[in-house]
Parts: sequence; structure tokens; C-alpha cells
Amino acid sequence: MKVHLRNPNRTVEIEGPISVVALLRRLELNRESVLVIRDGALVPGDQKLPDDAEIEIRPVISGGAT
Amino acid sequence: MKCRVCREPAIIDIRRHNANFCAEHFVRLVHDQTRKAIDGFSMLEPGERVLVAVSGGKDSLALWDILTELGYEADGFYVGLGIGGYSDRSGDRVRDFARERDRKLIEVDLRSDHDFDIPTAAHVTRRVPCSACGLSKRHLFDRAALEGGYDAIATGHNLDDEAAVLFGNTLRWQTEFLARQLPVLPARPGFPRKIKPLVRLGEREMAAYCVVRGIDYIVEECPMAVGNKHIGYKEALNDIEDASPGSKHAFYFGFLERAVERFADALPSRSDDGGDIALCTRCGTPTTSEICSFCRLVDRTAGAEPVQLTRKGRPIDA
Repeated sequence: MKVHLRNPNRTVEIEGPISVVALLRRLELNRESVLVIRDGALVPGDQKLPDDAEIEIRPVISGGAT
Repeated sequence: MKCRVCREPAIIDIRRHNANFCAEHFVRLVHDQTRKAIDGFSMLEPGERVLVAVSGGKDSLALWDILTELGYEADGFYVGLGIGGYSDRSGDRVRDFARERDRKLIEVDLRSDHDFDIPTAAHVTRRVPCSACGLSKRHLFDRAALEGGYDAIATGHNLDDEAAVLFGNTLRWQTEFLARQLPVLPARPGFPRKIKPLVRLGEREMAAYCVVRGIDYIVEECPMAVGNKHIGYKEALNDIEDASPGSKHAFYFGFLERAVERFADALPSRSDDGGDIALCTRCGTPTTSEICSFCRLVDRTAGAEPVQLTRKGRPIDA
């Protein structure tokens, strides 16, 4: 499947089916720090993603230090 | 995964609550947690007018949406910071949000209204951009709220923001900052009340709320903030949270319940009647010196050769 990542913007291919939690582990991403989005909707951690899915992994950490 | 409330398929898991939620009940959770913060910390009374400091990011646009949904008269206030294309895109998000929901938006643009921008201020003062940015926004928010007769200013600081700031303040035992780190700062002469209604909600929940509610926010990080200490603290805390869900909540709310009062004597004495505070000779803001820090920043920076930025908003010669 195509997985779109940010900071920097890039796309990687990951073989499916794979659960969201396993995908994040494979990419060494912290579940607290990202959302997984498919077709504009949130995908929960236990859901299996098929090989033909196209996924956005969106970081949620932001902010300046004031 | 099923929704804790209705047993329909869930769209999000929140590990510190040990619960999953469908879209409808997730939105309700966010509203309930915001209401609980507002009531629990006496942030707003029914019918009060509130000015929401909006940046175009997820937290502030979500906050504006939530306060409106909860029935408050909430207007938006946006400062154009002049950070190249990043500021252009964030301003567009804010204006689109206001127009689509028919909300009132007040805008100030640093370059047009005060003849400087944040990258140039950072270059001239040789300090981190977040310093000039925070100083400018605080000053302009205060002024806009007082001029507009608002009862309070609301900012989108969430649990992750507060936990990260607490972490940084604790690492260096910044006792005066610790004493001030409260979800509500009461009004005092020249300064409106400041409230943080999202302190019970995590950063991931705010991004999820925007996705569920169809709020188009700016996802890219501010190019001036990339790699700063604050973001590093958040990542460190998320590693702890991942191993032990609920740690960030326990850290911040434990501080509020059991520790913050112990730092009260670190605050400088301040007369609440304003008698021993001078007014800035330029703008009339209460200040401890003749000219307030914002007007000093304008003095140093206005008219300086603007720093050139890339399309993403990074200084070209950095």
C-alpha cells in the first residue's frame, strides 16, 4: 500500500494487509504522535489495512515555545 | 474496536481513558471535557464574550468550533506573522473557517500594521523566533480583547502543550514560570482574563476532532519552530505516555492539585490596583519600564531590511 508521510513529505510502499498498530511499529512511529487517515476518515488501531489501501500518516505534534 | 458508549464501530482509541469512541461520541467527549475544564476552573460564565486566539492550526480552530458549539459568543483574532508562505496558508485557513461558519474575525498584520515580521525580528534581536512571536501575540491579543470589550481571551493550549511547558520549567526549576502555569489567569488592570479550555484534551484528540468535524487546518509545522526544545519535550513525554498511558495527565493535573501553590512566593509582588505600575509611553500598556517590551521590539525592528524567506517560510541565508 501507499503510505504518505510528512516532515518531510514522502511516500513509502508497505506490504499489506497489516494492522494500523503493526504499520506504525514497522515505521517506528509513536501512536501518541500521529493519526492514520484513509479516504478522509480516521482509522482505529486494530483495523487491518488491505494491500491496495492509500494511507496518510499525519503528525499531531506542533507548537512554538513562548 | 467498539465505541464505549454505543458499541458501534469506533474511529479512535484513547488509551489514557482506556476507551474507544465512534465519531458522534468522540465529539461529545471533546465537548464534555472542554465544558468540564471551563466549569472546573471557572473560566467563563454563561453569556460572557470570548476572543479566541487563532493561528490556523488544529488546536485554535478546534477551540473556536467547540466554544461556538457550546453556545459562547466566540470571535476570532488572528495575527499575520509574516512567515512567508506558511503565514499566507495559515491565514487562508482562518479566513475560510470564519467565512464558512459566519463568525467574526479580527486581524492584525505585523508587516502592514507595525512594519516588521517575525523572521526579521528574530534576525535583528538575535533571539529565537518563538520569543518575538509570543511577545507580539500576547501584546496584540491583550489589546484587541480590551478594545473589543471581551471578557476573556481563550488560547488553544492543550494537555500536551501544558505538560511540555511544565516539563521544561521543572527541568530548570523556573519557579516564577511554575507559579504562573495555570489554566486561568485572572484579569488585572490592562490585561484581560486568559483561559485555556483545552487542557483536559491531548494533541492527538484535537487533530482527530478537526478530521471528524471537517475543519481544514494547517498541518505543516511552523518553519520557525521546527526542531525547537518544546517539540523535543513533547516527543520525550509521548515516549513515556506510550509506555504508561495517562502519564501526561497525571503529571500536569497532579502539579495543579498538589504543587503549583507551593511556588506562589516565587511571583514578584504586584499591586492589583495598578498604582505602582507605569503605563507605556507609546501604547498605554501597563509595564514595569517606560516603554513596554512590544514597543521596544517595534523600535528595534521596524524598518529593518526584511529577511528573505523560501516558499516554505525558512530564511534563505540561514
